[in-house]
Amino acid sequence: MKPIVPLLAGLFAASALSTSALAEPATAIIHARLLTMGPVGEIADGTVILRDGKILAVGKGLAPPAGSQVIDAKGAIVTPGLFAPNTVLGVREVNSVKGTDDAKSSSSDLGAAFDPQYGLNPDTTLVPVARLGGVTRAIVVPAPGGDGEGGGADDGDGALFDGQVLAIRLAGDLLVKPRLAVAMRFGENGAGGSRGAEIGLLRARLEEVRLYKQNRAAYDRGELRDLKLSRQDLEALIPVVEGREPLLVTVHRAADIRQVLAFAREQRLKVILNGAEEGWRVAGEIAAAKVPVILNATADLPRSFEIVGASLQNAAKLRAAGVEIAIVSPDPAHRVRELRYEAGSAVAQGLPYAAALEAITIAPARIFGLADQLGSLAPGKAGDLVIWDGDPLAPRSLPTAIYVDGIAQPLRSRALDLRDRYESGDGAPR
Amino acid sequence: MSNPSRLASAAARPRRVPWLALSATLLLAACATTPPPKPQAEAAPRPAAPPPKGLVPARDAYPSTYKVAASGLTAIVNANIYTGTGQKILGGMVVFDAGKIVSVGPAAAPPAGAKLIDAKGRWVTPGLIDAHSHLGVFPAPAVTGQVDVNENIDPNTGYVWAEHSVWPQDAGFERARAGGVTSLLILPGSANLFGGRTVALKNVPAVTVQAMKFPGAPYGLKMACGENPKGRYGARGRTPATRMGNVAGYRRGWIEAADYGKRWAAYDKKAAKGEGGEPPKRDLTLDTLSGALTGELLVQNHCYRADEMANLIDVSHEFGYHITAFHHAVEAYKIAPLLAREGICAAVWSGRWGFKMEAYDGIEENAALLTKAGVCVSLHSDDPNIIQRLNREAAVAQAAGRRAGIDIPDAVAIQWITLNSAKIMGVADRTGSLEPGKMADIVLWSADPLSIYALADLVFIDGAVEFDRQAPRRPSDFELGQNRGDLAQ
Repeated sequence: MKPIVPLLAGLFAASALSTSALAEPATAIIHARLLTMGPVGEIADGTVILRDGKILAVGKGLAPPAGSQVIDAKGAIVTPGLFAPNTVLGVREVNSVKGTDDAKSSSSDLGAAFDPQYGLNPDTTLVPVARLGGVTRAIVVPAPGGDGEGGGADDGDGALFDGQVLAIRLAGDLLVKPRLAVAMRFGENGAGGSRGAEIGLLRARLEEVRLYKQNRAAYDRGELRDLKLSRQDLEALIPVVEGREPLLVTVHRAADIRQVLAFAREQRLKVILNGAEEGWRVAGEIAAAKVPVILNATADLPRSFEIVGASLQNAAKLRAAGVEIAIVSPDPAHRVRELRYEAGSAVAQGLPYAAALEAITIAPARIFGLADQLGSLAPGKAGDLVIWDGDPLAPRSLPTAIYVDGIAQPLRSRALDLRDRYESGDGAPR
Repeated sequence: MSNPSRLASAAARPRRVPWLALSATLLLAACATTPPPKPQAEAAPRPAAPPPKGLVPARDAYPSTYKVAASGLTAIVNANIYTGTGQKILGGMVVFDAGKIVSVGPAAAPPAGAKLIDAKGRWVTPGLIDAHSHLGVFPAPAVTGQVDVNENIDPNTGYVWAEHSVWPQDAGFERARAGGVTSLLILPGSANLFGGRTVALKNVPAVTVQAMKFPGAPYGLKMACGENPKGRYGARGRTPATRMGNVAGYRRGWIEAADYGKRWAAYDKKAAKGEGGEPPKRDLTLDTLSGALTGELLVQNHCYRADEMANLIDVSHEFGYHITAFHHAVEAYKIAPLLAREGICAAVWSGRWGFKMEAYDGIEENAALLTKAGVCVSLHSDDPNIIQRLNREAAVAQAAGRRAGIDIPDAVAIQWITLNSAKIMGVADRTGSLEPGKMADIVLWSADPLSIYALADLVFIDGAVEFDRQAPRRPSDFELGQNRGDLAQ
């Protein structure tokens, strides 16, 4: 075996000392073709060592720690666990069964402050199904408030703000980190009844937030002018006006993207664009603003006037212009397992392979400020990885092992239980 | 499994029920103590009985004006070929002329004078076929004024015809063509028990639906089970509000249709004897339903749950009609032997599930399990995005089969999106596979179409190039002149 690099060796030694008393042995995956998505890039015949839920070391010719469980990947591709950047996993079981849908707020007092984390259901059957597609992490984006009841204060056709964005792991209790961003929509499905009204409302509400922030005591004494937003929403928007928490803005047409970029400049907001079907038409401006984009790589139909320019080349063109992109699954719930095929279809349309894999691993982690913990195979990051029996972006490849936080996940789901019952006939009802 | 190719091709043959047999069935059904008639034994399909004369004008009133575009003798050489008949040929040749396939086989000298297309390293399949689409009736853009998919005002709208809603300028047709789709079945929506007539289209750019209508393709009757009809009408305080209400609604519809058919048959008999008399008054709903009873129209039945499919099969026995296919049949895998025995095709998805309760038990292995059981399986889209990547759907369903230990050969997976879909549409004698004499509906792919990276390079419809990846896109009228950046180039 080749000597390990000094940095890794150091990490290794330190960990070895500190963990000798722990019950969990390390796991070493050897002879893996590592697509690390991290600084070391691709390693043709490498080793990943997982311990205490984290990646201990990644490299060529590493010696597994004594007592490790050693898994010989026999040349198979190993990637970081995939990261779905726009889902409702954990907060929706069946779309049409309202009682299972915790993705949205219907309260007019709770818009920006609506936090779906309290509705997370670790027992959802959707998580194991999505995980079998190699997905180990996901962003949960709240859905627009339903049924015209609004969600958060507004004066028009719907809520200005949909609520809080959070990150989940596809295992255990799900929650990783809440309050990563505040979600909203701009354009045809925005609030206020028109684009101009929505911008006006946004200005007014963000001004309220700043006023509230500077005069909390007066607000508590009832000496501040009436504010439209509820106190919870005001509090939730403080990190947004301070530019610490991004606004995740669902927006589609080129002109609207420009408006959002201009509004963000004016208000000194951090924004992430979601959708951006016509993003490729203003790719240079998005890149110049250093704004990332979460997109559907196969959205190419002019289903409304705001996406007349929807194109299968959106992903490739945005990326070529230097925009950070993340790719979403075909739907945010039941089809999350198809995330990797969407990346594959983007490759077919000209997105470089490495960029496509980035768009479903490290890019979402970076976009939501989680790249120190997630998204690549690098020491110190969460022990999320997938061993594949072929190209991870190809439907005809399947995961042979899936680790979340260093723990091998069962390659099972309710769907497979159904399959097995009816395939064998054993235990199938008459 | 022994031979999936053979099994898959043991497809549902529309069972045409002549009027006399139908009458006997009805007599039996009318007697409460008589058990329902057994399904007919597998027999060679009989030709359709001619419809009663009074119906003939209805059948022919909206004729196809589709014209085969001019094309010359062409040979695609050095091609890897999925024939659609379950065969794979490496480095072979496909020859077509005047819109028809001339030959398909291993490498050979191309005919003199043929235009040569070198497919070296590339793949050829039959044109893809989607047996369940709402393009044109639920079009892009789907804005106010544009959506014409569900005549959802009555549980029985057998009187509507999908073709009268089809907007040929739907941008989705061109996108689907770029995905290799050359023929498709357009259905009315699923809000109603009897939704209306389906229409089979050739996927060519056209101004009128008549110019797209697949010449000679049979009509179909769209029926829907489950949540959609009962939810729609129950919520309005009308029947059906339950699944039992759904079944009662089908039966009432069939009783009326059978009676209508009988009155026409009686009139025709008298007319044949020269006795004359007034013909019965035509009824558009019953024209369609009685046509489904005779087998002139193919029954395309949206139905998710296994128990409901079984109920609908019983209904079909009670009234003596044949169900051509269950669409969105997410639980078909639970009753695979029943579907095989009945000769009913299953049109399914690879990955859609869970969006409503009746889709909750959807599994990716559905297509593979059904194929193994000898059921004719088609992967359908029901969606303007999925229709653009039916080849990807096939790869996903094939991989799921492999995970379950079911080896679906590549050439059989291709049949899920070609020949079997053609069978459901009743056009398998004309398209869906590369065989001499069939329509030259052909896709030349940049790579193996079961690869995620494959794109359609050329799409031929009746021998004419209708999509060329190297050529400028042909936007729909709606898209023309819109500021779409440089998309049109």
